Amino acid sequence: MNKIKLLTFLLFFLLILWIDLPENFTIKIPYGKKQFVYTVNPLKINFQMGELKIVREFKTKLGLDLQGGSHLLFEADISKVKQDDLTDSLNSARNIIERRVNFFGVSEPVVQTVKSGNIYRISVDLPGIQNVDEAIKLIGRTAQLTFKEIGSSEVTVATDSPLFLRVNKQTGLTGKHIKKASTTFDPQTGQPQVSLNFNDEGAKLFSVITARNVTKPVGIFIDEIPISIPTVQQPITDGNAVITGNFTVDEAKKLAIAINSGALPLPVKLVEQRSIGPTLGEVEVRKSVYAGAIGLFMVLLFMVLYYGRLGMISSIALIIYGLITLAIFRSIPVVLTLPGIAGFILSIGMAVDSNILIFERIKEEMRRGKDMDIAIKLGFGRAIDAIKDANITTLLVAFILFNPLNWEFLPQFGLVRGFALTLAIGVATSLFTGIVITKRLIEVFYKQK
Amino acid sequence: MINFLKFRPVYFLISLLVIGFGLFSIIRWGYKYSIDFVGGTSLEYQLNKKIQEQAVRNIFSGNKIEVVGLTIKNNILTVRTKTIDENREQVLKKDLEKKFNMKIKTLKSETVGPTLGRETMIKTMIASIIAIIGIMIYMNIAFKSLHFALSAILAMIHDFLVVVGSYSLLSHFFGAEVDTMFVTAVLTTMSFSVHDTIVIFDKIREYKSFGERIDIEEGANKAITETMVRSLNNSMTIIFMLLALTLLGGNMIRFFVVTLLIGTVTGTYSSPFVATPILVWLEKKSRKQ
Repeated sequence: MNKIKLLTFLLFFLLILWIDLPENFTIKIPYGKKQFVYTVNPLKINFQMGELKIVREFKTKLGLDLQGGSHLLFEADISKVKQDDLTDSLNSARNIIERRVNFFGVSEPVVQTVKSGNIYRISVDLPGIQNVDEAIKLIGRTAQLTFKEIGSSEVTVATDSPLFLRVNKQTGLTGKHIKKASTTFDPQTGQPQVSLNFNDEGAKLFSVITARNVTKPVGIFIDEIPISIPTVQQPITDGNAVITGNFTVDEAKKLAIAINSGALPLPVKLVEQRSIGPTLGEVEVRKSVYAGAIGLFMVLLFMVLYYGRLGMISSIALIIYGLITLAIFRSIPVVLTLPGIAGFILSIGMAVDSNILIFERIKEEMRRGKDMDIAIKLGFGRAIDAIKDANITTLLVAFILFNPLNWEFLPQFGLVRGFALTLAIGVATSLFTGIVITKRLIEVFYKQK
Repeated sequence: MINFLKFRPVYFLISLLVIGFGLFSIIRWGYKYSIDFVGGTSLEYQLNKKIQEQAVRNIFSGNKIEVVGLTIKNNILTVRTKTIDENREQVLKKDLEKKFNMKIKTLKSETVGPTLGRETMIKTMIASIIAIIGIMIYMNIAFKSLHFALSAILAMIHDFLVVVGSYSLLSHFFGAEVDTMFVTAVLTTMSFSVHDTIVIFDKIREYKSFGERIDIEEGANKAITETMVRSLNNSMTIIFMLLALTLLGGNMIRFFVVTLLIGTVTGTYSSPFVATPILVWLEKKSRKQ
């Protein structure tokens, strides 16, 4: 039975270690004259069973302040939006911004709407982006849907060049002339298509354009990318048009949304902009990790010098604690920022405190003349009360600061919440290691004596 | 057992002096606020050679940008200005590059509107008040007495005042700025303070549960004596950690870590020397009635 327990513990520990491995870590094993070189990486899950597919990578995610990147905060002007449409417009503005940002090729951008009283904001985090001005322009851009016809100057573009290159003359009809775009189905074929509904001015323009382009192609472009280049069959005067193509329902829906969102439904104003170069974050991280390691080493040394064998055990427990916490950070994953690291350090302090509390209690019981075995049991029991109450109040504070329900009267911005999250995870883990692992270790090491 | 509580007036005087000095500094000198709180633009440029500060200032005024603060240290130019937008920053950077004939790397560029900081501050304050109420309720249940909760909260307010006051001194003498990191440090101190107090209170609770045989003052003295080693050892380990971070860590977190250091010291100090005397006083008062 004990062997099974030990085995489970070892397996668990190996899994933790695997998750915690540094990325692209090279191991060189000299063997005689040969040398074996392995490159290890943290655990990666790529698992498929029937419909179920799990792909998961365990890597440390760094916040913008550590990794470098840009944070933009826009304030929405809601004065021209009806109260009923507010949520819809905000969400659609958010989606448009997200799409534009994705178009920009940012990896893992975070775009969120944040409500605060009567003020509505959209925050945009762009990891790794340096030239913010370009990003800001891209996000603030409006009306990208355009209709084009074949240019009259056929000289510059040969007739045998691709259609979308020949359709290069602006017609003056753009996204701002569209009242609404929606997904419909072709009554004959059942194929999904996108119906366009022009406003009055757009309807007039469209009828003129189609009249002069009968049997000729007219191109529909979004962000200068050709979406569909249908050939006009007859002039269209009723202000409606359809875009057909080999769309799936999903594609048609996306296109309709894209056309609807040609312009942001409500104007936004940039109120905050932060960009941090990658070097600054890198230097900070390297220095802080180095300093943290030295600090931790001093703590462990102190514990060993002062508490001897017990200190040794608690040092091992602390290292396990650190590894478990890192594994949790990587599994969730928690985005590590500077305040987040502060929360983690505070929780290490509290974990050390739990250990010291237990040891002092054990010593106290031994001074009262109890046996080592009984002293350990009693000491643990007594210390747990204090540890439990102290840690629960800390968890309570962290919980309120983290604001899990996103209440608008509590902090909604990343820094304070990042601090609260790592603190909560750290304290919860230290409750576990302080109670379970330290106790197990003491039992193992002292019973062997 | 050492009769720690005999020296109550001394503890009171120490706290009074430290807090009084801090409050004086707040009134006299106030704080330097970062753009997080007052709005503005903050730039950090990596230069590749030494340049004259006055020449740099001239370029800023040539661009009609109002400079709030400007330093050049280790070839890093740090500037605080009134809010400017991205385009003007680009123009400015190009001007600097042309004038001094070098390539400038942007390390940091931040622009914040003035309303945001106040909002964060107010929200954090509301969160803290809710947290205080939560702590009161929890301690009231765990310790079956409002006195414990009240004393712990008072000690926490004591620590809050110490940290806020000393930060004003740091701000005045060393140029530390009130920013979101400072808010985080204050929050850390507050939760550490209660955490630390509970450990001593747990001991007192134990003696209290033995019945009326032990006087509350004697119980408190015993509790302080028995937890003293633990308190010292514990702060020692945290101080090791923070000292390493202060001396070797990055510049961005220096003041933050120093604030945490102050918070840890006062948090440890206040548990036996502020929270416990208040508790004893409250308990005695209620027993007399």
